[in-house]
Amino acid sequence: MLIYEFQAKALLQELGVVIPAGHLAETVDETRVAAQKLGGQVILKAQILSGGRGKAGGIVAADSAEKAGLAAARLLGKKLITAQSGGRGLVVKKILVEEFVPPGREIYLGLVVDRKNEKLAAIVSQQGGVEIEELSKSCPQAIKKEYFYPEQGLLFFQARNLAYFLDLPEASFKTFLDYLKKLSEFFLLRDMKLLEINPLIIKPDNLLVAADIKMDFDDSGLARQPEISALEDWSELSPEEKKARSFKLNYVKMEGQIGCLVNGAGLAMATMDIIKLFGGQPANFLDIGGGVTEEAVSQAFEILASDRQVKACLVNIFGGIVRCDLVARGLVASARKIDLNKPIVVRLQGTNEAEGRRILGEANLPFYFINDFEQAAQLAVSLSQA
Amino acid sequence: MSILLDRDSRILIQGITGRQASFHTERMMEYGTRVVAGVTPGKGGQFHLGLPVFNTVEEAVRQKAPDISIIFVPPLAAADAVMEAAAGGLKLIVCITEGIPNLDMLKAKRFLAELGSSLIGPNTPGLISPGQGKAGIMPASIHRPGPVGLISRSGTLTYEAVYQLSRLGLGQSTAIGIGGDPIVGLKFVELLEMFKSDSQTEAVLMIGEIGGQAEEAAAEYLKRSGYPKPVAAYVAGLTAPKGKRLGHAGAIIEGNEGSAQDKVKCLAAAGVRIIENPARIGQTVKELMAERQGN
Repeated sequence: MLIYEFQAKALLQELGVVIPAGHLAETVDETRVAAQKLGGQVILKAQILSGGRGKAGGIVAADSAEKAGLAAARLLGKKLITAQSGGRGLVVKKILVEEFVPPGREIYLGLVVDRKNEKLAAIVSQQGGVEIEELSKSCPQAIKKEYFYPEQGLLFFQARNLAYFLDLPEASFKTFLDYLKKLSEFFLLRDMKLLEINPLIIKPDNLLVAADIKMDFDDSGLARQPEISALEDWSELSPEEKKARSFKLNYVKMEGQIGCLVNGAGLAMATMDIIKLFGGQPANFLDIGGGVTEEAVSQAFEILASDRQVKACLVNIFGGIVRCDLVARGLVASARKIDLNKPIVVRLQGTNEAEGRRILGEANLPFYFINDFEQAAQLAVSLSQA
Repeated sequence: MSILLDRDSRILIQGITGRQASFHTERMMEYGTRVVAGVTPGKGGQFHLGLPVFNTVEEAVRQKAPDISIIFVPPLAAADAVMEAAAGGLKLIVCITEGIPNLDMLKAKRFLAELGSSLIGPNTPGLISPGQGKAGIMPASIHRPGPVGLISRSGTLTYEAVYQLSRLGLGQSTAIGIGGDPIVGLKFVELLEMFKSDSQTEAVLMIGEIGGQAEEAAAEYLKRSGYPKPVAAYVAGLTAPKGKRLGHAGAIIEGNEGSAQDKVKCLAAAGVRIIENPARIGQTVKELMAERQGN
């Protein structure tokens, strides 16, 4: 789970890491007032759950409260499409108004779970800023990594190695070690996946300021992290995504015309792949999961069937834990409720498949039963293009 | 033969008194799998499904000498259960549980490595050696004994693949779900190595998906080892929406690896037969095996 920059900065501040002075604003007026308080010269930072904001125009400088207000008027409500946001873009609803930090040396500092090596990694570079990924390819020696384990945490000598690599001024050296110790402990304590400060600015007075920060938490750890779960912002989700989330459905909206309802992420992806293979476009990814209820199936189907973009649906269930009769009951309940007028191709295999087909067959609704995976996909594609 | 699991395997179920565990333990026993005991702390001394229940793995091991443990313990307690099994001397641990925190798994994997125990999963349907035994939650009826070794990162897509194989008369030596989580135990490389020397296995089918680098590592291994058996692979997610990416650190660590396109490319370069149509998984394996026999 990603959190906003302003939330991450509040967490950092609690740890004793220095951040730029700033205020959160949701309106033009609030932005103007905040800029006034900060002396006029400020940076406005759009608060969206994605990196790459700068290049997408989400970070703007202003040298007076008046200009800050004008910039906020342009920024609020704007859709930002960044390299990391996916095609849909994210609407700016909040702005972090921060004091202008004069340019100084900019360091990159990252902590991450490295799934390939099955370790944790602390990563630093002297050349912080937006081009850090390019740098890792073009000039790997400009980046230093130290691997560590959750049992021991980042060891003191490793932190020292990183600090020496950065060639820090003496007056910043101890602060850096202190930051690294606190951040790595926080990372482990809070089940994080990623913690990134980029840039960490060394001010002329040698103060270290975390100018930008990104935090991503392991979704599986949230059950034991109530303070972090409380930071989740549901307002970023569409009504459909909210509904899907509340019924524990794994749903991602896409651009195509064929609604897909599948159990299991792998089979769901394979279903999308085969639709594409036969010239169709999936309207979504939807994995109903193993512990699904009849009500959740019904809600899932409603999301697809009431999507105006969807011209046909493909239901592909391989019953294991999930029983085909349960899915069939959920489909029928939902189809009755919404006055279904779209063709639905249904493929049921596995646990209780005969019972599932019987239930659907008796419902007198526009269902097409196809047992062959390939034929089911082909039919869904041709129905979606009719 | 088969790998990891055969008719002599003695199974322990951790968390046996739970609803899912009870249901699936019964299915395993119906299949003829030799389940010897269960563990649920606080319920030691009871009998469940006709099996003795112990408070600790240590006690279960002393009394019943199991050699595989299957874990159905809730997510936040599951890594501890995995480590308890390893400490009890179990050499193969199958963790069905989904949603275990990454950091817990990192700790558990190191603990297991020190004790020389192997892990399948977590977030896996488990494994089955058709006709011999089942250590997991997959529907048994779709499987047939036979020559194909199957290694998969998916659950229901594995069932789909098995269904296609069996329908074409191609049974399976052992079918293993390695689990869909970022941190899992045995992966393609270790299992390919086991299938290499298994006399029953004539061909291997890999089912991969986007994310991570397990498929790339497998390609590297297959190339390096001059793998003697034909291998086919399907990688799911060619059309998957690009997920919201991690920050830069993920890219610095993982580079550009992890897309389905890259995985397919690596595997093809290693001589693996790529399956593009997920409805033709069985058909492609059949053709591949026929070609090799023809030579």
